[in-house]
Amino acid sequence: MGHLSELHARCTDQYIEKFNRSRVIVGLGTCGIAAGGDKVMAAIQHEAASKNMHIDIDFTSCIGICFREPTVEISLPGFAGVIYGDMTPDKVPYLLESHIINRHPVEEWAVMQISEGSTALYENITKMNDYPFYSKQVRTVTSRLGRTNPESLTDYVATDGYKALEKALSMQQLDIIEEIKKSGLRGRGGGGFPTGMKWGFVYQAVGAKKYVVCNADEGDPGAFMDRSVLEGDPHSVLEGMAICGYAVGADEGYIFVRAEYPLAIKRLQTAIAQAEKYGLLGNNILDTGFNFKIKIKAGAGAFVCGEETALLTSIEGNRGMPRVRPPFPANQGLWGKPTNLNNVETYVNVPFIINRGSDWYTSMGTEESKGSKVFCLTGKINNTGLAEVPMGISLRDIIYSVGGGIQNGKRFKAVQIGGPSGGCIREEDLDLPVDYDSLTAAGAMMGSGGLVVMDETTCMVDVAKFFLSFTQTESCGKCTPCREGTKRMLEILNRLCSGAGRMEDLDTLERLGRVVKNTALCGLGQTCPNPILSTILYYRDEYLAHIQDKRCPAGACSALLVYQIDPDKCKGCSKCAKNCPAGAITGGKKKPYFIDVDKCIKCGACLPGCQFEAIYNDAAPHRNNCRPATRRTA
Amino acid sequence: MTVTEITLTINDITVTVPQGATVLEAAHQAGVFIPTFCHDPELTKFGACRMCVVEIAGIRNLPASCVTVATEGMVVHADSPAVQEARKTVLELMLANHPLDCLTCGKSGDCRLQDYAYLYGVKTGSFEGERHCYPLEDDNPFIVRDMNKCILCGRCVRACAEIQGNSIVEFTNRGFNAKITPAMDVSLAASDCVFCGNCVAVCPVGALQEKRLRRAARTWEVRKVKTTCPYCGTGCSFDLNVKDNKVVGVTSCDGDVNGRALCVKGRFGYGFIHHPDRLTTPLIKKNGIFVKATWDEAIGLVAQKLGQVKAQYGSDALAVLSSARCTNEENYLLQKFTRAVLGTNSIDHCARL
Repeated sequence: MGHLSELHARCTDQYIEKFNRSRVIVGLGTCGIAAGGDKVMAAIQHEAASKNMHIDIDFTSCIGICFREPTVEISLPGFAGVIYGDMTPDKVPYLLESHIINRHPVEEWAVMQISEGSTALYENITKMNDYPFYSKQVRTVTSRLGRTNPESLTDYVATDGYKALEKALSMQQLDIIEEIKKSGLRGRGGGGFPTGMKWGFVYQAVGAKKYVVCNADEGDPGAFMDRSVLEGDPHSVLEGMAICGYAVGADEGYIFVRAEYPLAIKRLQTAIAQAEKYGLLGNNILDTGFNFKIKIKAGAGAFVCGEETALLTSIEGNRGMPRVRPPFPANQGLWGKPTNLNNVETYVNVPFIINRGSDWYTSMGTEESKGSKVFCLTGKINNTGLAEVPMGISLRDIIYSVGGGIQNGKRFKAVQIGGPSGGCIREEDLDLPVDYDSLTAAGAMMGSGGLVVMDETTCMVDVAKFFLSFTQTESCGKCTPCREGTKRMLEILNRLCSGAGRMEDLDTLERLGRVVKNTALCGLGQTCPNPILSTILYYRDEYLAHIQDKRCPAGACSALLVYQIDPDKCKGCSKCAKNCPAGAITGGKKKPYFIDVDKCIKCGACLPGCQFEAIYNDAAPHRNNCRPATRRTA
Repeated sequence: MTVTEITLTINDITVTVPQGATVLEAAHQAGVFIPTFCHDPELTKFGACRMCVVEIAGIRNLPASCVTVATEGMVVHADSPAVQEARKTVLELMLANHPLDCLTCGKSGDCRLQDYAYLYGVKTGSFEGERHCYPLEDDNPFIVRDMNKCILCGRCVRACAEIQGNSIVEFTNRGFNAKITPAMDVSLAASDCVFCGNCVAVCPVGALQEKRLRRAARTWEVRKVKTTCPYCGTGCSFDLNVKDNKVVGVTSCDGDVNGRALCVKGRFGYGFIHHPDRLTTPLIKKNGIFVKATWDEAIGLVAQKLGQVKAQYGSDALAVLSSARCTNEENYLLQKFTRAVLGTNSIDHCARL
């Protein structure tokens, strides 16, 4: 076992050596690249070469502050690293000159500073722990995100990587399972099944061949936790899986990752190749005689493959359709063999628990939900991004402290948690602790961790419609209630949003929701009515407004809007009439204009052109502050 | 080995079944009716139509009885209000996307959707909205395939894969657009389909129908006569469908040899029975022209000619080839005749088609 300590020592030396040089690190997760991080990287390389700067240029993954991407970190030897946000290529020359050559950080572009070890802090730059986004966060699963190079085995090993595997390989299989049980870790994919118990089932299952499968088919709208972790810390997933493989007696693992995550797949492939090269995966791992190989299976784009039986069917090469459980995968999984299936985040928790012990893990969280959970904040929230918080934190803390509150000072309306399977939580319930059981009791669910925040301009009927159109398209079509029921529910919601709703539609929606929930074959079908049922329960008045008054209180359903011109405010400038593509606006010079509601196509093109704020739609909550409707929230 | 038994109650009826039996099987044993579409005892369990849902004390939601294994002390309610609501809704959902042309549908009278709609008093029109509008597939001589009538129970998929071993059809697309098709959504004629028609035999609705039979007779007009297929030596059983003393088609029965499986000839090759070209009397060639004859004339002529050959050239100048289409008894008699009467061992049999 001298093998790892040798490698660890070598990697640590190399890792520490990096801090003795001036470094510029660009955030190149998918979010960073999408925001232009690769262009910033090119600009930095060009600038450094043309000015003949002796600096290390490196990249990392998303640190979580997606709302400030692209991000660049600059660290000088002996000084804290400064993270700059909203970088563009044209800011690069000034930034490098000021921070590297003149050794003056550009304070107005800096987001925060991170001190590694005893490095000196700058005076006027917020420390990471004081930065509101991170003040209530814990960083375990996400600890390496934005801090290490995800394609470097050196960085991973130097930050205690594969130490847990080494430790686990010296333990008894049952002791590992017991440790996971004691930690209280529950499945992070949404179901919340106790992980240690599941491992115990696979360990006990009879069979010489067993598999370990990682579910990385993250498909919920607004969810990108798994992607961020895979892109930012791929080795930790491999390590967690290998520990699981040893504990349950498996020698082969599969990572089912959606093909829409090409960067994650690439970094996983790199990580697997590195781990195999250094004997951390493959045959005779760390000279212990334990063999474990990991293969990647790229999904073909079906959301339902996130359901475990459909996922396994897909790996087998068949159409990804769920099958009835039992038998559970722990007994009959991949190719009929006992299979342990966990989510990315669940596996990543494992090395930390093995390294630091279950007592450390149980110190975080609530009685029934231990540890931390990674959430993705999206929607009408100021700080969109990735946040890891301790279980038991309130939703209010997540939205207002971490998330920085609602965009544009609007009023909070609801937060959708748990994706298409989850439900909406109201202002009244925002102080609920985030744990599996409280959220389920409130009609939502933990889900995989997508939090879609909605404000007063969000129509809850429209939200239900959005999620239903998603689940209808993604239903595999196997069972009748999900295939046909979602279609009819979606048609009814479309009818409500177009002003053709009838009172009996509400009863029909509730009946269909109940039957689909009660009778559908898999989790997708059984939970897909939740967005409808929870919005009818909490926002019935909005449904009634759509049906009885043909009015959308949030002003989001364009078919229900009536655009009008206030004759007292209109100066007769004719700009609106010129903007109208339907010829619905008429009037004379210097006289108030008029919108013919029969001709109006409700596109909203007239609104932004009116500098006198004379045009309004009478469904909007604030007449003088109305804006064109947005179709969806996420 | 002793079979462990378990006891459960269904609708307050206590029933004991072997361990591993499903709730549906236990219900049948207890005499409790549970409707099914996708379940077929000959095929793997699928659990898709959700018509057979039941309420089980202590189990969340309404599980499908066809795939739920009965356990000791289980308390099952097969007709509770929640179950009734679920079944009615499933039927309404199916009918909302099903052509309501029972007046002219060849499957009328032998259609589970029709039967259950009647049983549960489900009327049409609960849901308005989109219906499928697939073109009728009528480009082969054997099977009419109307995907508008398909309820996606997947029986044909399993029959093709598990009985015939061909896997021609599979589920494609998702959600409301899910459809059962051959690869690349071509017609059966353009696929590798061998037209055994075993998919037709398992289809619970009118999506797959025998082309000639369903145009010749309503389901209640035919008398079913169980017989053995004459085509080969396998000995498959099937029902001849007889209307006005004429065979109008073949449908599967539960045969000892074949279950419901048949091949293309057995299921669809009955056209010769009433074909005008079919020989109904022996023919004797006289002056180069075949002329109708009586059986006495014909057999007399054969006997005379065989006798002549035997007398002139000896018994071994004769050889007899028998047919697999004959029954065992006929083949036995023929070899007896060959050896004992003709006096030769030169008899063979085309054990192949």
